[in-house]
Parts: sequence; structure tokens; C-alpha cells
Amino acid sequence: MTTFQPVLLEAVGVAGSHTLASYRSRGGYAPLERMLKEKQPVDVIELVKSSGLRGRGGAGFPTGLKWTFLPKDHPGPIYLCINADESEPGTFNNRILMEDDPHQVIEGIILSAYATRATTAYLYLRYEYPQCWDRLQGAIDEAYAAGLLGKNIQGSGFSLDLYLHRGAAAYICGEETGLIESLEGKRAWPRIKPPFPAIEGLFRKPTVVNNIETMACVAQIARRGVEWFRSIGVPSDPNNPRDPGSYGPKLYCLSGHVERPGCYEAPLGITARQLIDGQGGGVWKGRKAKAVIPGGISMGLMTEAELDTPLDFAGPGKVGCLGLGTAAVVVIDETVSIVDFLHNSCRFFAHESCGQCTPCREGTAWSLRMLERIRAGKGRLKDLDLLAEIGNTMGMMPGSTICGLADGAAWPIKNAIKKFRGEFEDYIKRTNPSGWMVTDPVPALPIVGAH
Amino acid sequence: MPTVIVDGKDIEIGAHERLNCIEVARRAGVEIPHYCWHPGLSVVASCRMCLIETGTRDAATGKITMMPKLVPGCQTPAKDGTVIVTDTALVKDSRARVEESLLIDHPIDCSICDKAGECLLQDYHFEHGQAERRTDLNPFHSRRRDVGPTVTLFVDRCIMCTRCVRFTREVSGTSELMVINRGSKEEIAVFPGFPLDNKLSGNVVDLCPVGALGDKDFLYQQRVWFLKRESNVCGGCSAGCSIVTEHNQDTVYRLKPRENPHVNKWWMCDDGRYGWHHLHDPARLLSAGRLVSTNDDRETVEWSDVTTRLRQDLSGAGRLAVAVSPMLTLEEAWMLCAVARSIDQQAALFVGHVPVSGSDESFPGGFTIRAEKCPNRIGVEAVVALFEPEIRGWNDLVRAVGAGEYDAAWITAGYPHAWIDDTTAAPFGRLRSLVVQDLFESPLTKLATWRLPAAGFAERAGTWVNVAHRAQTFAAAVRAPAGVWPEGRLYWNMLGRRGLYDPAAVRRQIAESSAALAALGGDLPAVGVDLRVDQLASS
Ligand SMILES: Cc1cc2nc3c(=O)[nH]c(=O)nc-3n(C[C@H](O)[C@H](O)[C@H](O)COP(=O)(O)O)c2cc1C
Ligand code: SF4
Repeated sequence: MTTFQPVLLEAVGVAGSHTLASYRSRGGYAPLERMLKEKQPVDVIELVKSSGLRGRGGAGFPTGLKWTFLPKDHPGPIYLCINADESEPGTFNNRILMEDDPHQVIEGIILSAYATRATTAYLYLRYEYPQCWDRLQGAIDEAYAAGLLGKNIQGSGFSLDLYLHRGAAAYICGEETGLIESLEGKRAWPRIKPPFPAIEGLFRKPTVVNNIETMACVAQIARRGVEWFRSIGVPSDPNNPRDPGSYGPKLYCLSGHVERPGCYEAPLGITARQLIDGQGGGVWKGRKAKAVIPGGISMGLMTEAELDTPLDFAGPGKVGCLGLGTAAVVVIDETVSIVDFLHNSCRFFAHESCGQCTPCREGTAWSLRMLERIRAGKGRLKDLDLLAEIGNTMGMMPGSTICGLADGAAWPIKNAIKKFRGEFEDYIKRTNPSGWMVTDPVPALPIVGAH
Repeated sequence: MPTVIVDGKDIEIGAHERLNCIEVARRAGVEIPHYCWHPGLSVVASCRMCLIETGTRDAATGKITMMPKLVPGCQTPAKDGTVIVTDTALVKDSRARVEESLLIDHPIDCSICDKAGECLLQDYHFEHGQAERRTDLNPFHSRRRDVGPTVTLFVDRCIMCTRCVRFTREVSGTSELMVINRGSKEEIAVFPGFPLDNKLSGNVVDLCPVGALGDKDFLYQQRVWFLKRESNVCGGCSAGCSIVTEHNQDTVYRLKPRENPHVNKWWMCDDGRYGWHHLHDPARLLSAGRLVSTNDDRETVEWSDVTTRLRQDLSGAGRLAVAVSPMLTLEEAWMLCAVARSIDQQAALFVGHVPVSGSDESFPGGFTIRAEKCPNRIGVEAVVALFEPEIRGWNDLVRAVGAGEYDAAWITAGYPHAWIDDTTAAPFGRLRSLVVQDLFESPLTKLATWRLPAAGFAERAGTWVNVAHRAQTFAAAVRAPAGVWPEGRLYWNMLGRRGLYDPAAVRRQIAESSAALAALGGDLPAVGVDLRVDQLASS
């Protein structure tokens, strides 16, 4: 496994890697020029479909399949939106790709636009990424100058304009319909679905939303072929006809209490333990891991005993996590209070909930309030059941919300209470010796501060 | 016919009807509680109160397959074979949780809240909530934010259904209201310097399912459970919006729009909504007065005597002209014409003054405020046409009186606003006898030999025909003030008819006497009838 040669990250560490010349010297844009000459858009869709590529933005939806949902023979315009809002805590793979190899992303965008017949693409960039902005804008300018963007690209008759759009630092703008609303200049309140963006998206036109890493994968599939892509990762489960498999390389963002945090490229399916002990050099300071977030905080928690779970699209779900998410692995060592962890998680989601859906708006705020009270030594055992109930009933999974943010808020709560209940109970009994067993309503007193 | 299954009951819907689950369930007599959904606004499916279980029934096998998760009834179309289940434990739990959630940030200040008694948060909590409180409540807040001249916002009572925001974007098209902040810190607000100030602003108060948006005109005036409600029609303009007059002890407290797809949908304008205060204006004419000498002395005449003495005075006066006010109901107008002709067989009948102000004002949501500020010109014209070969209006009458063509005139008015100046009124001073029936003193009443009080719109009963030829009937919501006989009562008595004024009987008589008005014969539906359509159907 450690002998895996990075592909998506091949440019990292190369001097001037973000320039067109450097990208070309690595074989970049040649596949695009070949495809524009030799292939029809449907061929490109077919290529991506047969590669088994699944979206890297968090949901793992098969990319080629998503593209086929666009209406056939639509008079246009069709839009391609590239999701670079990257706000999932622990996630920074998009950033590395944009900073170190922006042309790889742009080549993927042009190919995807060609496949989907989009003639306008918007790249929605997280506010806090000024370096990405500079690198991307530089690369876009180079691409226009080289005839890779704009009218009649390389004489193919295909035209594409690519615009950079900078967000205003809200997590919800990463949700694809929140992103679309935001691009339209509105408050990023995710839309109800159906209609899905493929039918009615940006400016009410058919729209595809894809992640930056997905775009980089498209570029690599065009360069190295389907065979290469499918030789990496985990094939689909023969016993589950609905499992599309987990093919290709993946960027894992390893952070938290490890010796060598960083963004590592590995075949899908590497286990959390292999990643932490191999690339990460083990849990820091010789300590043990208490819990590990498998793919961004939304995905919940794995215990130390669950670390042999393969980090492919199906793996984390088998241990009760929400999924692979963004493959941002965060290690929490044994000295960390899980109460503090959950408080932090709840604070994030209460802050980021867009506030449309009652269960998410109030559930995230209520759970935060409860965690604040627990941390202030006023917890009751009963609170744990309430927290679990909020976790179980808030989200798209139970059907109570419009978007997946609520599921992401729910999972850490659910997992933490289920997998670390003993620690919560001990904490509550220890910090509230006279009141932990009370079940009366909590008096409506000014809420204790968060800090 | 497409069939939808609601809690086990088959409900047929029209082949081309596009209904959501809330609407179909309602037909089955099942209420799916909801806050954010409103038939007149876009669907946002955000309050999550209407979550239900759904499935499909296979047409061939009858086998029902249920969806594994809850869906919002507002967002889910009901199609042939759609199965709607609203009474499972899952649904009930989810409603209870939404109620519980909404109360976390709510001040629960019902005791001082105007909405108490007609508040969906209260009602749903009672029906779908749970008795036990489990949440960490916020300390009591009841912050008030001024959002405009008509509406005040109680910030913390808001449940963020965003109906008001959508209304100003989609119906009034003025977009003053917005959501600020995020998550549970969200609030409704206006941009500094851009208050909620449009002619439809009051509707946001009706739309608010809780007590967040308060109507300044109604604030703290009355507990809603003391109010009685009478279906009425607004007299503010010729649109003739269907309304409900809410009153207590003959005092009107507020007007609300009444749903009528043919007229006003769910809305009414602020001019109409707040246009009832003149009813309780102390300056109103409150007795029948007859001039006794030339130096402006008037004697108050008992109503029982008015009927005979008025007839006597006019009978001896010579050629009579009558202005039939477009504020009168169809029935009143018809009886007035009949009375006039019984006094003078040649009595000339004119359509009274038609007040016009500005031009029609239309809004993006399909609502129009009419420039014609009276409710029944079309109806009065139709009545006058039954008596006169051609329709003559107020200006014709003024000209004819100026030319000395008449010896006596009976002017009905009933306008809430000043409507005539001294110059226009002057020629009427030369008449031998002048009867003026109006709400307030005017240059004309000063010249009158008979000054009779008129009834206000909520005090009348009968039928008005709006600008689109839609006839709507209504009963009086409140009694006219002591000393005032509404026109209908006076004319009824002057015609020597027995008992109490019965508008339905008069209406039947009108319908029988006229093909054009035949549609008025039976009981009219609450939404009224289109006189033109029904005429075509019956011919
Ligand atoms: C709350 C929320 C935040 C999200 N944030 C991001 C994000 O920052 N970047 C991203 O690519 N996808 C994000 N997603 C997923 C997108 O909705 C969407 O699935 C994705 O962009 C599709 O791209 P892909 O098919 O290439 O994975 C988010 C989803 C949710 C529910
Ligand atoms: S689930 Fe939460 S974040 Fe998503 S739309 Fe609803 S309130 Fe907004």
C-alpha cells in the first residue's frame, strides 16, 4: 500500500506545478485535446460511467450516472457547477488540488462540461481560500490564453466559459442546492427536491454539481484510462447488486492527534488504522486513539476497535457511521473528553444550520444548549436519551429535513452517545452529583456560557 | 378518476387536478397540520409540521408499498394510487417533536399575545404536542420590532415559516421583509430605511400562523374569542373583496379577507382592511332631521313618522329626481327606485356619484385595487336599467338640477369620505325639497330639507355586484348606531311591506322581474355568482 504512486497529487512538491507549462510537461491537456477531436460527449459520459467514478464531494454518487440525468436534447443552457466550498471540518483535499495543480482540475472541468454539453461553468470557491483563488484565476487566464477555455476550444467547435465565484464563508453553501441559490445571489437555503439540479438547477436550468476532486479524477481517467482507474480500490460487492464499488485513488485528509498530519493519496479501501499508522506515523505522543472521525465530522465516530474498517464508500457505514464523506480522517486521542468533542461538534452545526427546517434549526441549537449545560455541571442522565432522540429523528434519513446537514449534525451525536455512553454517564454523575438523576423540566434560566 | 387513499379511505380527485397531500387529505376530512405551506405562496416545505407517511397502491394488484421515510405533505403531489397515512405513531411523534422544537425559542407569552385563541402554535400544540416539557427553554423574551406603519413584529414569537417574506416577494412584489442571521438566531427584519410599507401589508398579519406579526390597528384592542364573525364584502372599491367583519357588541374591531378564488383569493388591501373606522366616527349623522324654518333649524323626526311625512313632502313637491348611490345594495337600490316611482310616476332615476381615485393598482400576485371607490356601480346600473330606458349618472343629474328641470331631489350617498364641494351642491339649494341620505355632514346636507343618516357598509344587508359582475350577498355584521335606520329598512317600510326588511325576498322579486338578474333568484354561494356567466348558461 505504501508503494502507491500518487496520481492526483503527483504535482505536489514540483516547482511551479501550478503553471500550464508544468502541467503540460506532465502530459496534461493532451487527453482533453484528443477527446475533443475523437470523442462525442456521450463517449465521455460512457467513459466516466464505466470507470465507476463516484463523486468525491461527500455523497459518493456515481458521476457518470448523475450526468445522464440531464434532459436529452435540451436547448440549453446547461450549467456545470464545481463545488469548492470545502467546509467540512477536517477536509482540505480540494485546497491542495487547487493550489498545487489547478490545471488538472480545469482539464477535468472542460472534459466534464464537454460531456454534459455545458457551455458555462462556475467554480464556487470557499471564502477562506485566497491562495486557491489566485492560483485558479492564474490558471484560468492561462487556459483562456492557450485556447483551452473560451470560444471554439482547440478548433473543436466546443466553447466553455469558466467563472470563479467566491463564497462568503458558510458551510451550507457546499450543499449543492444551497450553492446554486448562493450563486444566484440569494440566501443559501437548500432547495426542496425534486426537482433535482439535473432537471432544474442554476437559473432554473439543468445543472450538474461536482466536487473539485471529482474533476481531477475525470482528468486522470481521460489520461490513464478506465482500466487503470478500476484497477485501484474496492470492487463492487457481488452479493449486493446495488453497490457500485469504490474505484480509484482517493485523497485522505489526515489530521488531529497524529504524528504526520497531511493530505495523502491512497487507493480507496485503505483502513483507518493503515492510514494513521502508515502515512500518519501513528497517534501522536505515543498515545492511543480514543475515536476517529472517518470522513469529516458529519460522518460520526469510529472507536479504536473499529479502526480496521476500510475507508471506502461502504466501509464506515458498516460500523454505524454515516459514510465515507470527504474522507477527512480526524484522530482524537485518549486524553480528549468525548463530552468536549460532542460539544464542539454541536456548536459547529448549530452555527452552520441554515435555519430553514424546524428539526435542524431547533435540534442543533437544542443539542448545543444541552451540551453546554452538561459541560457546566448541570447534566442529567435523561439528557443522553434526549440527545439520542434528536440524533435519531433529525435529518434526511428519517425524512425530517430538506438537506443533509441535519444528518451530519445528527451522526456525531448518535455515534457519541451510542459508542461512548459510559463516558457521558460518568461525566454527568461526577460533575452533577446532586442532580444527575433529576427528570423534572429544566428551569428556564439564563443559559450558561459556552466557554 | 384518479384515486388517492387517505388513512384507508378512497378519495377521487379530478383527472387534471394538481393537489398536494394536504389538500387531498382535507377532502377526506383529515387535517394535516402545517405552518409554512399556504395555497397562495410557493412551497418551501421547511416547517416540517406536515410530515406524513406515503406510499403507492399498485393499480393491478392493489398491493401497497410504503416509503421508508416521512415526507412533507405540502411538497408531495397526490396522484392516482398515492397512499397517505397521517395517523401512525411515527407521524404523531414527528408532529410532537416539531411542536416541542418550535417552543424552544418561543416566549410562550400567550397571556399578552394578540394571537392567543387563533394561534396555530397553540392549537397544534394542544392537538399534536406533548404535555411534558423536555427542552431547555430560553428565558422569556418578547422583543418588539417595528417593521412598518401597519405591522409590528414580536421577534421571539416567530417560528420562521417565512410566509410573510414570501408574500412580499411573490404577491405584493415589494420584498421588504427578509430573514436575517442564521440557524436558531434567524429573525424576520426589514432593511434599515425600507419599512414594510405597501398597500397589501396587512395580509402578512393574516398569514402569520403565530403571534409574531401584529396588526397595529388591532393590537391589544380585543381578545379574539370575544369577536363574532360575519361574512361580508368590502365596500372600499369595486373589487368587492370577500371579507369577514369581526365585531363585538356592534363595534367592529377588524376586517379580514375571506377566501374567494374568483375575487380576492386570500388577500385584501390595507385601504379596505383599515377602512372601517368611519363606522364609529362620532361625527356620523345619527338622526333623521327635517328643516322647520329657513334659518337652518331642524326638528328630529321619529323614524315611524319619517316614512309618512317624507312621502307627503315629496308628493307635493313636483318633479322628482333621485340619485341611487353605488354604495347601496342591489335590494336597497331597487326599493328606492320603487319608492320614488310610487311617489312620482315620472321620477327620474340617476346612478349616484361614483367616486374614483387614481387608477387601478395591480400587484404581481394577481391582486388589483380598483380606482372606483364604491362597491356596487354595476349593480345599481342594472337596477336603474329596470326602471329607466337609459342610464344617466351623477353629472347628468347635477346639470339637470342646475337647469331647473326638477323641483325635488332625493340624493342617496353613504360615502365614507368627503365627496361634494359647495359649488357642486349650490344648485340643489334652489329645489323645493331636497332629501339627502349620507353618513356625514356635507355641503349638500346643509341645504337639505330632509337630512337622513345612511348606514355604513357593515350595517347593510343585501347584494353588491363588483367590477367583474360578480354578485355577492351578505348580512349586516353589526347594527347601525342608535338613531339610524339603514336604507333598506326605511325603503321597506315606505313600500308598506310587513315585518322586518328581508333582502332575500326583495332579491327574489328582482330576479323574477329581470332576465339579466335572474341568477340572483336562489341562495347565492359564499363566493357569489358571476352574473354574465349564469346569464349565458340560462339563455
Ligand atoms: C451540508 C452539506 C455540505 C456540503 N458541502 C460540500 C462541499 O463543501 N464540497 C462538496 O464538494 N460537496 C459538499 N456537499 C455535497 C454536495 O451536496 C454534492 O453532493 C457534491 O458537491 C456533489 O459532487 P460530487 O458528485 O462530485 O461528489 C455538501 C453536502 C451537504 C449536505
Ligand atoms: S437540514 Fe438544516 S441546513 Fe439543511 S436545509 Fe434544513 S435547516 Fe437548512
